[in-house]
Amino acid sequence: MIVRISTEGQYDVSEEDAAGLNELDNQAVASCEASDEQAFRDVFGRLLEYVRTKGHPVGEDELVGSDIILPPPDVSLEEAKKEFQGEGLIPG
Amino acid sequence: MPGLSGRMSTVIKAKISKLLDRAEDPSETLEYSYQKQIELLQNVKKGIADVVTSKKRLQLQEEKYQQQVVKLDTQARQALAAGNEELARTALERKSALQTELQSLDSQIAQLEQQQEQMTASEQKLRSKIEQFRSKKEVIKAQYSAAEAQVRISEAATGVGEEMADVGLAMQRALDKTENMRARAGAVQELEAAGTFEDLTQLGSGEDDIDRQLKALSSTTEVDAELAKMKAELGTGGGSQGELGAGAQAAGGEGAGASQEQAQ
Repeated sequence: MIVRISTEGQYDVSEEDAAGLNELDNQAVASCEASDEQAFRDVFGRLLEYVRTKGHPVGEDELVGSDIILPPPDVSLEEAKKEFQGEGLIPG
Repeated sequence: MPGLSGRMSTVIKAKISKLLDRAEDPSETLEYSYQKQIELLQNVKKGIADVVTSKKRLQLQEEKYQQQVVKLDTQARQALAAGNEELARTALERKSALQTELQSLDSQIAQLEQQQEQMTASEQKLRSKIEQFRSKKEVIKAQYSAAEAQVRISEAATGVGEEMADVGLAMQRALDKTENMRARAGAVQELEAAGTFEDLTQLGSGEDDIDRQLKALSSTTEVDAELAKMKAELGTGGGSQGELGAGAQAAGGEGAGASQEQAQ
């Protein structure tokens, strides 16, 4: 699964690791719905770290579209609310 | 995939498929797509140049503030030497407000610097992706049937398109930030011109009333401390400043009289 962190780059995350991603995605939705800035910062930070550590950076010479596009690391809570809603970035 | 980034990639995909539908001959599509990418790369370069320009503008602003700080400090000293403590206090208050502004300007410039570096790296990456597209284009043209070629072109074009949109997003965010900084710098200048630096804290976001009062308190304390230091340096504080007293009359009589009473 190809995951892009906006303004940063693409990562290749294995299907098994994608489950953990989904869990964090759901938590991000919850924190956005609660308008809890601190909780959101925390979970979004962990989400980014997860992608960076579990995923492998996609090579510069590869041309692939992403399955998931995460907002940029400096996203504000207000902006994030538009993204993390309902099912989140990953359905389920 | 809802939300901003979802919408964004949908828009790109729509644009690309429209592009692909237009031409029946895949090699024509490929050439057109490649030309478009080169064109967009030029826009990215222009965008980076805009960020650099904004940064330079903020740096100029910073220099101006620094000069003003020095000037206000000198003015405070002159006012105090002339025995006009009120005027000295006003100058020091403005200096303190400007210094706060300088600090935030400083960190904003550092942020921009970092963004500029990131964008330059992104541009580099985009360039190599386009280069990749160019070589792939030749392979597709040479090896695949029209139907197969359509699919492969679509894949490759999506990859480049997404990279392009991402650099665009990074650029937009950097420019939005500089715009905010410039608006803020402009507002500070207006306030300064109007001489109402008391309202400066209202420019900051998310501060409540208590924050503001606390801030005002600490800045008053700083000003008091600095005032005391200046007095000590000038050897005032007692009544023993004959020649300075003469300067006081030249600088503005009644303020000086009032402040000397206060000082004793």
